[in-house]
Amino acid sequence: MELHALTIHELQEKIRNREAKPSEIVRSVFKRIEAVESKVNAYLALNESEALALADRQDQEVAAGRGRPLTGIPIALKDILCTKGQKTTCASRILANYVPPYDATVVARLKEKGAIIIGKTNMDEFAMGSSTENSAFGITRNPWDLNRISGGSSGGSAAAVAADECIAAVGTDTGGSIRQPAALCGVVGMKPTYGRVSRYGLIAFASSLDQAGPLTKDVEDCAIMMNVLAGYDPKESTSVPLAVPDYRSFLGRGVEGWTIGIPKEYFVAGIDREMARRVREAQGVLEAAGARCVEVSLPHSEYCVAVYYIIAPAEASSNLARYDGVKYGYRTGKGEDLLAMYKNTRAEGFGAEVKRRVMLGTYALSSGYYDAYYKKASQVRALIKRDFDRAFEQCDLLLTPTTPTAAFAIGEKTGDPLTMYLSDICTISANLAGIPALSAPCGFTAEGLPLGIQFLAPHFEEGRLLQAGFAYEQETRGEKRKPVL
Amino acid sequence: MKIARDEVVYVSHLARLVFDGDEIERFTTQLNSILLYMEKLGQVDTEGVLPLTNAFGAANAFRPDTVADPLSEESSLAMAPEARGGLFVVPRVIE
Repeated sequence: MELHALTIHELQEKIRNREAKPSEIVRSVFKRIEAVESKVNAYLALNESEALALADRQDQEVAAGRGRPLTGIPIALKDILCTKGQKTTCASRILANYVPPYDATVVARLKEKGAIIIGKTNMDEFAMGSSTENSAFGITRNPWDLNRISGGSSGGSAAAVAADECIAAVGTDTGGSIRQPAALCGVVGMKPTYGRVSRYGLIAFASSLDQAGPLTKDVEDCAIMMNVLAGYDPKESTSVPLAVPDYRSFLGRGVEGWTIGIPKEYFVAGIDREMARRVREAQGVLEAAGARCVEVSLPHSEYCVAVYYIIAPAEASSNLARYDGVKYGYRTGKGEDLLAMYKNTRAEGFGAEVKRRVMLGTYALSSGYYDAYYKKASQVRALIKRDFDRAFEQCDLLLTPTTPTAAFAIGEKTGDPLTMYLSDICTISANLAGIPALSAPCGFTAEGLPLGIQFLAPHFEEGRLLQAGFAYEQETRGEKRKPVL
Repeated sequence: MKIARDEVVYVSHLARLVFDGDEIERFTTQLNSILLYMEKLGQVDTEGVLPLTNAFGAANAFRPDTVADPLSEESSLAMAPEARGGLFVVPRVIE
């Protein structure tokens, strides 16, 4: 297999055995990008010359025996993560020319460990969306079927991993934006516990829900990436000062004796029959590996979408108030006074979905409606979290579909925002409860579209997700396929 | 109707946005269907439930008050649409 098609751990072994050099890996990835990017459109920007220059220097490092954990590994970053001296647009016209003066903490951590940042990936504008159709700079197509969406909002990151246009990627997840595109593109995606990974330099959408996390070709790579991304950051006051385990140490331990809960509310109307069948199959695989599966109830599940689409837009309306045409970003040429300048700048700079959410959030927080919407939603959020606390009293892990269906067609849901919002039904709850969740590929539909199953664990138990995901992956390896591009 | 046309116009002012007539119509329709869906939260008894804003129950995060390297004036102003003499330039506010 060509180098671009390999995983992080396979490449690490090749580098260790002197079978591949960082420069060869980076060249292989850029060759792949040249061959398929015009079809997929995963990237908003590429760093070819810097990446090659860094790789050449790393060849020397490796030769001198000074390799670091991610030396020579080409990584793609969602364009919501600030990169010092390199454009970071959030796929928005309002930040089209924004060059951050600092690196996000996750970016700094990756660089420190030797990762080679090869480009910035496409996304829904400000991470608001489930299909990457809300990007101001074009749609990312699903590598498995170019007429379908790649998912969102980290659609570019997921498509780049699936199409071997990078070795691994970083995305962000506010309501499923890592896990849903990972599932729809047939790769592994993890949303860590809220507070596990620093949000410093992650351009804010909904601050009580946002988390950055990895999108990778397999579960072992997910553990390798988590070892680099996770940890307390004094620059981010909601990051939690807890020790980070070696996530790789969980791999291979199996699930013998575990109790895995299957929440019955995740199999109601709207879940595709093929998807439900895949979860049952996964249940069988885990039982054969020694786990016990039990039905559990998360009674407030049906309220998750309503709660989320009040809280996330409310926080977004506040966070996005900073885009005023004064300090950075786009400024209109229209408007004689300050107020008119603000309004025209934002009207011209934001896309329709961002405006819709800013409007919804502003309304939900406005005088007279605050109690009915924001306060009510925050109370139901407490009950959703309590459902999980109770479920985890009787089980180690929960298992659900990641999405109700496989990837939908481009344009299929753009006319009706509410239908689009309902496609997040399986993933939103983890963000509301702050718990970690992993999506792993679980096979294909009859049409050849990938599907994903989701594992959910208690706060800071990412290790359990990796342990179960790895056990499941080992048992189902035979199904490994690559998209034909 | 959960939200009327004139309320949408008022909220757009609060949100520092401006829409043309067609956009107002479209947003009014879409916001109505979304807000109607939100009504289902009324089914949930939340009497006495404390609102949850941080899922892990974090409280104030204090750190020592030590001076670190700030962003320089130059890099702070580098991305401004208009800057002059170390200041951000905006349309006249006071007549």
